Amino acid sequence: MKQIILLLFCLPMMVGAQKKIQGMVMEANTENKHIGLGGANVYWLNSQTGTITKNDGTFSIPYLEEYNKLIISFVGFRTDTLIIDEPKMVHHWLQPSNQLDEVVVRKERDAVQKTFFATQNVITVNSAELLKAACCNLSESFETNPAIDVNFNDALTGTKQIQMLGLTSPYLLITQENIPMVRGASQTYGLTFTPGTWVESIQITKGGGSVVNGYESISGQINTELQKPMTDNPVFVNGYGNLNGRLELNTHLNTKLSDKWSTGLFIHGNRRDIEVDNNDDGFLDTPLANQINIMNRWQYQNPEKGWVTFFNLRFLNDEKQVGETNFNPDTDRFTTNAWGSEIDTQRFDGSVKLGYVFPELPFQSFGFQASYSSHQQDSYYGFNVYDIDHESIYSNFLFNSIIGNTKNKFKTGLTFAYDGYDELVNNQDFERVDRSVGAFFEYSYTSLEKVSLTAGLRLDSHNRLGTFFTPRFHIRYTPWEKASIRGSFGIGRRAANIFAENQRLFASARTIQLNGNGGDIYGFDAEKAMNFGISFLQGFTWLERPGNFSVDFYRTDFDNQIVVDWENPGEVSFSNLEGKSFANSLQVELNHEILPNLEVRTAYKFYDVKTDFQTGLLQKPLQARHRYFANVGYNTTETENGGQWRFDYTLHALGEQRLPNTSANPVGFQLGDFAEGYSLMNAQITKVFSKKFEVYVGGENLTNFRQNNPVLGAEDPFGTNFDTTIIYAPIFGRMLYAGFRFKS
Amino acid sequence: MRNIVLTITCILISAIGFAQDKNKKVAFEVDGKCEMCKMRIEKAALNVTGVKYATWDIPSHQLSLVVDERKTDPMKIKTALVAAGHDTKELKATEEAYDKIHPCCKYREDNSDDSDKH
Repeated sequence: MKQIILLLFCLPMMVGAQKKIQGMVMEANTENKHIGLGGANVYWLNSQTGTITKNDGTFSIPYLEEYNKLIISFVGFRTDTLIIDEPKMVHHWLQPSNQLDEVVVRKERDAVQKTFFATQNVITVNSAELLKAACCNLSESFETNPAIDVNFNDALTGTKQIQMLGLTSPYLLITQENIPMVRGASQTYGLTFTPGTWVESIQITKGGGSVVNGYESISGQINTELQKPMTDNPVFVNGYGNLNGRLELNTHLNTKLSDKWSTGLFIHGNRRDIEVDNNDDGFLDTPLANQINIMNRWQYQNPEKGWVTFFNLRFLNDEKQVGETNFNPDTDRFTTNAWGSEIDTQRFDGSVKLGYVFPELPFQSFGFQASYSSHQQDSYYGFNVYDIDHESIYSNFLFNSIIGNTKNKFKTGLTFAYDGYDELVNNQDFERVDRSVGAFFEYSYTSLEKVSLTAGLRLDSHNRLGTFFTPRFHIRYTPWEKASIRGSFGIGRRAANIFAENQRLFASARTIQLNGNGGDIYGFDAEKAMNFGISFLQGFTWLERPGNFSVDFYRTDFDNQIVVDWENPGEVSFSNLEGKSFANSLQVELNHEILPNLEVRTAYKFYDVKTDFQTGLLQKPLQARHRYFANVGYNTTETENGGQWRFDYTLHALGEQRLPNTSANPVGFQLGDFAEGYSLMNAQITKVFSKKFEVYVGGENLTNFRQNNPVLGAEDPFGTNFDTTIIYAPIFGRMLYAGFRFKS
Repeated sequence: MRNIVLTITCILISAIGFAQDKNKKVAFEVDGKCEMCKMRIEKAALNVTGVKYATWDIPSHQLSLVVDERKTDPMKIKTALVAAGHDTKELKATEEAYDKIHPCCKYREDNSDDSDKH
């Protein structure tokens, strides 16, 4: 009844004063009496427009369409924000701030988040997790995460390659803020070109990804979000040094230019000029290196108008020298004085992102992203010359909206991509251009609780791959509380850059055989594979602390693959797949906070990866079928000024690995069929002094496990038995490091 | 048949000259207290034909909607909300509907913002 009377009073006022908000601010009381509060502040959020209530608590403020959040505050009362979309009467009761003893329950976000509601099997790794292992760059960011395996690539560069679902990184789509990044010429070393401190978070999607990002992903997708100038610290400095002589400095400088514009300058430099040869084989255990990496970001955000924009510019210069310790490039290059190799890369990137959300329709938006990169690698491995220039243009336009309501969403758009390669392999020139246009449509349904699904289809027309459809499908079902069952299916294809991806084979005496069938890509056909998977995730509470259990199985089946066969120690041959090639991956994971602040993660992984080589169906070489993983993290409770101790320990145990066949070698250069299993331990301690300053010390490979003879034929690197490619364990032993982080 | 009548009515109404907005923004208060309430409220609103977008803000209790005015009106949505057990200013849920909601969502006993606790 009271409301109706109130309404009657208000009506004439609303008609009379269309462009004004009038109202009354009152003190909350149990009888709901109208006790006016004089002198309260009433203002629009982020504006200069405000007023003060009169003695009886009434006020009047102009209605501004560009603002919709009205703030009411008064000393001794809780500040309230009202959402106001139209001129109307406002009657508001303010609650005294001493009415409730305020208890702030802060929920710490987990460093690794598994999502229960997303349709896809996505694991989000945020920056807190990345700090657990003071990683130098993106390739080392996955050490504390069982979803990705980190492998040693070759004896020379020590570059860590990653694997997912038993497949190497070329079968993963690696994107930076959803723009494809590590591909083409940068496939082997690209992950080392993103400094660890630049990374804000990483999203790992297992299985076929979304059609939005293209047709290339086969086993999954890794997306990296970089630090945003608007949210990163104004000043950040990280210094790092390790006992292998690697020094690293990262500086971030961020400025807010206005309430809409921000810019950031990110500078990274690393250097290693100490020669390390712990195993006395005459070869450097780890390269001499020098990298300068500079990025400038611009961010524009205008929430009222709905625009978001990013501009990025980046320049990279990376130099590596590897080989024998006494190799001097100036005098020994292309001579038999000493064996050596240099890999020099210059890269320029530029990208732009543009996003618009329709202010009146929060469910409708469009986005545009475009990038340009120029990548130049000049290198030689002994007498093998390998130069590659890769110029790439990528653009993607995306429109998001709904069908009926937000339970039925769709994304549609167009992709255009250009890749120009100029590649010199010894005396042979491989020049080629890839051009493609594609259109995609993705529908997603969510019932908000039980079921969600995403179904996507894209059609691409590529000058060398032809015209083809790429379907991707994901479904999620919640059978009971805290559980989630997912299924996925997808097809992916790609043009293999056989040399760029297998550069390490140049550092051996093997001859290169191309057994093509006249296809369009170095004489080969495009790679094509189908991936499907199921996963189950169950969250639980035990000992009053949270935990989760998950199990997933994925299978990738190749229709065509460029088979790299190095079962004959004298050669490496490339050919189209004839017969079968598949990868089965099973992962069981259990995570729990077993004691307060003590988190334990454990995982077991089984891989069954087989390919038909020339010598028959064989297990993939240098890959352990069984892997165990454990990570223990302990944090002391944060003190008032943010001080804290953090401890972290990781164990990786690998079962035996099949070695490529070396039985054709003379007796002294044979390696046997299998390499024995081993385990690696890493640990780190961080002392946080305050929110501004922290130091860390840590060690990798604490048990000092090493592979005995990583370089076959090291005594005679120009002889026929020289081979640096058969690496199944670390080459350098225990590695200790220390560093600091400063933020302000 | 009903659809035809509806369509004709719509055409007539728009012909009369009432501006009927396809994407009308509507907001009103709905009682509730936690994440679970949020999901229930938004689901109830989205299940009403013509509701395109619904988001409920826990601290302010504001339900913001985008609706197709030709297909629905706020009263229809409020009817759906009270059927799901959540009170609005004009319509109150029946005891039966209110009893069905989860014990932690009993906002009539304590209407505080409970979002931190779930």
